[in-house]
Amino acid sequence: MDKNKKINLVIDSKQIETDEGKNILEVAKENGIPIPTLCYHSDLKNKASCRMCIVEIKGKRGFFTSCSTKAEDGMEIITISPDLLRARRTNLELLFAQHREECNDCVTSHNCHLLKMAKEMQVKIGGLPDRKTGYPVYEFGPSLIFDSSKCIDCGNCTEMCRKQGINFLEKRQKDTFYQVKPKLEENRDCIYCGQCLVHCPVGAFEAVGEFEQVEEPLKDKNKKVIFQFAPAIRTSIGEEFGLEPGKNMFGQLVAGIRKLGVDKVFDTSVAADITTIEEANELIERIKNKGVMPMFTSCCPAWVKYLEFYNPAYLSHLTTVRSPQIILGGLIKTYFAEKEGIDPKDIIVVSVMPCVAKKYEISREEMKIDGMRPVDYVLTTRELARLFYNHKIDFKNLKPEQPDDPLGIATGAGVIYGASGGVMESALRTAYYKITGKELENIEFESVRGMEGIKKAEVEIDGQKVKVAAVNGIANAQKILRELQLDSTAYDYVEVMACPGGCIGGGGQPVPTDKEIRQARAAGLYKIDKEKKIRLAHQSEIVKSIYKDFLGEKENVHKLCHTKYFPKKREVEIKE
Amino acid sequence: MDKKEDMIAKIKEAGLTGRGGAGFPTGVKWEMVKSQKADKKYIICNGSEGEPGVFKDKYLLEKYPEVVVEGIKIALETVDHSLAYIYLNKEYYKQFSKKLEKLCDGLPIVIFEKKWGYLGGEETAVCEVIEGKRPIVRKKPPFPGESGLWGFPTLVNNVETFYHVGRIKEGNFKNTKFFCVSGDVKKECVWEFPAEYTIRQVLEETGNFPEFDFFVQAGGGASGEILLPSELDQEICGASSIIIFNKEKTDPYELMRKWAEFFLEENCDKCVPCREGVYRISEMVKTEKLDREFLNELFFVLENTSFCSLGRGVAVPFRSLINKVL
Ligand code: SF4
Ligand code: SF4
Ligand code: SF4
Ligand code: SF4
Ligand code: FES
Repeated sequence: MDKNKKINLVIDSKQIETDEGKNILEVAKENGIPIPTLCYHSDLKNKASCRMCIVEIKGKRGFFTSCSTKAEDGMEIITISPDLLRARRTNLELLFAQHREECNDCVTSHNCHLLKMAKEMQVKIGGLPDRKTGYPVYEFGPSLIFDSSKCIDCGNCTEMCRKQGINFLEKRQKDTFYQVKPKLEENRDCIYCGQCLVHCPVGAFEAVGEFEQVEEPLKDKNKKVIFQFAPAIRTSIGEEFGLEPGKNMFGQLVAGIRKLGVDKVFDTSVAADITTIEEANELIERIKNKGVMPMFTSCCPAWVKYLEFYNPAYLSHLTTVRSPQIILGGLIKTYFAEKEGIDPKDIIVVSVMPCVAKKYEISREEMKIDGMRPVDYVLTTRELARLFYNHKIDFKNLKPEQPDDPLGIATGAGVIYGASGGVMESALRTAYYKITGKELENIEFESVRGMEGIKKAEVEIDGQKVKVAAVNGIANAQKILRELQLDSTAYDYVEVMACPGGCIGGGGQPVPTDKEIRQARAAGLYKIDKEKKIRLAHQSEIVKSIYKDFLGEKENVHKLCHTKYFPKKREVEIKE
Repeated sequence: MDKKEDMIAKIKEAGLTGRGGAGFPTGVKWEMVKSQKADKKYIICNGSEGEPGVFKDKYLLEKYPEVVVEGIKIALETVDHSLAYIYLNKEYYKQFSKKLEKLCDGLPIVIFEKKWGYLGGEETAVCEVIEGKRPIVRKKPPFPGESGLWGFPTLVNNVETFYHVGRIKEGNFKNTKFFCVSGDVKKECVWEFPAEYTIRQVLEETGNFPEFDFFVQAGGGASGEILLPSELDQEICGASSIIIFNKEKTDPYELMRKWAEFFLEENCDKCVPCREGVYRISEMVKTEKLDREFLNELFFVLENTSFCSLGRGVAVPFRSLINKVL
């Protein structure tokens, strides 16, 4: 097909010129013509199963699903007609009749695609008895809940999980219906990446909700509630309030969280700077002392779980450095508590993360410090939005505020952690300085940025070539592992993020999430980095003083910043 | 002109059309597969017959397996570097695989047992099943002729079609068709008649034209249309089966429940109108409370928005029975 070939067509009497090779739905969207869809997702294959996106084509009999029909030169397409509406309404009614509505308890209800469609088409919901009443609800560890009575069988989650290389979900036949179910084999387990969730059009998957539990300590006068929030959520949370993806809402986030009645608001990116320094140190040490190479990043708990369960032989490759939220939680309950003279037992640390695997990460026993969990609760981006709604906080119109001292101001390096390649870029900036004693001239590593699944680069530091790869999506990590099996020296340093695009595309992020949206969120982070005065972790004054006052001691660094990994057996229990 | 092209020309000349129900010109289909450029091509002889009242492939596999295999052999010779599958439903596999294996000895033909029901007979679903997946209908285009089994050009023809190809080769083709007659008859039977025979002709010539008040279901015992005695002067659409129902002795709801069960069981659950529509119909016929208005809406989405022909065909039997008999 000729990529640059133009075609002309008409949609609802609008003349359109566009490139050949797109489907009708894409062309309509680009031209601001809305067509209702449910099963279509640009990350996934066309299944054309919901039959909502039907259109008519002049001169051809019947309806055509616009998501799976190529736009052709000379087509005249009609997206609205009495017959189309009639068919869509009935299909939507049928869809609702299999989806057990619990809108009051649903985290997505203020943003629900299905409800919106029902309203627009004037379909009354609950007109038919729900077919799926009594269908099972599954819990995937401390991270996810899958309520199969809400499922509309589009197959997005099963495909996405397969695309992740995990294949934990399948359609199994029960009675006369196929149902989406988790697999039962002992040699398969969920890694809690939450990609099923962000690709489900109807909210059948949700994070294990903790936002209600957070209300308790917020009301308790004797508790100090301290919030931290991850780099990747500042350019995505706006979407929950109708803003475009990529918009930096940092100041509003701080203001909004403060309004919830918390005692302090810190930025997880500060601890990302510490992760960076520790990781750079470890990398240098491994290179110098001929340690196990390549070194893998470990700040993505889904990736860690993947190795622990599916590939424990590689555990010694993981950096022992803890992830930013755990380091910051630890610092709050030690360094900060000591400084402020607070009993750490009275501190409740809540992280807001783009991630559902982070809920799993805080439950790991080996993370405990003096018997305490560094972080008590993890909320997703969506859960925080829900809290704002519940507290009637007009998020969009808040006056931006700054986070609190002393853990509030991060460098640009700490912010780009949220995008695939960011962890590695930050560590390389610092490693370069540590090895050469000089600062990099150009600190932007373009080759590890962007949305491709595998990004490779060679970085020259002090005459030595360091071979790096930044990977997003577990299936891509599997490719790198296979490569390493053939040539163990293929890389020196590998960053892996389980989610497409890294945490900006994480399982805790607003729905929908697709390639365009991920790109916009990532661009937002790189923009913040560019505008920061200090863009190198080792130059952060805050971090310097933390090292001086506290982390200078070997024992403290070890306790707060490093961890261990263990081969794992299946954790998700399913009662059939 | 070489011998291979000759066979396609002969098939075209004979005017053979696919005998699986869709009636596509066989010669054109063969040509399409032959003209594709590919390292490998597949031929599938589809013997997955599974709709109630349709058992002509069984009859042919029993009586004339050598002619069917001859037809496949011709396809293997005509389509370059090809391999063949004979795709049989469970029952047929049990009954005929031994005999077929003997007949296929030395030929690149695999006898494949289908573990699924009726839908596994749709040509793209056949490809899915042979690939080891569950029977889900694929999007067309691409047609199997362009990209079928494992992405290679694939010729899918029904058992009866291959039988007729065998007959063409022998110079023994008379453009006939095999008709299954069952239901309230003295004896279920398969008969060979000229392809253009009407339902009335078939019933009369087989001595099966009832003397009692009756209706028939023509074109498959689930998806076929209900026809009254006054409507029999037409050819059959779809599978060539005729089922006779004694009007007095037939409970129309019982009949509809059977169809609903069949569709519930056999559809692939992929698309909304068919998966959910069939379910709603089955609930209605179970309770014998028909909401006609809602039924009409269901028929509308089934016929107009179903992904494949199975769903598009669900409305026909129900609507014709409700309108004509109820
Ligand atoms: S969380 Fe990830 S691994 Fe688990 S079921 Fe969902 S997509 Fe699969
Ligand atoms: S759970 Fe959601 S994504 Fe998965 S099949 Fe059901 S509706 Fe689709
Ligand atoms: S990539 Fe980020 S959001 Fe996704 S699982 Fe890993 S840490 Fe969580
Ligand atoms: S119409 Fe029925 S059989 Fe065909 S794809 Fe849809 S659900 Fe499957
Ligand atoms: S969006 Fe096209 S069929 Fe679902």
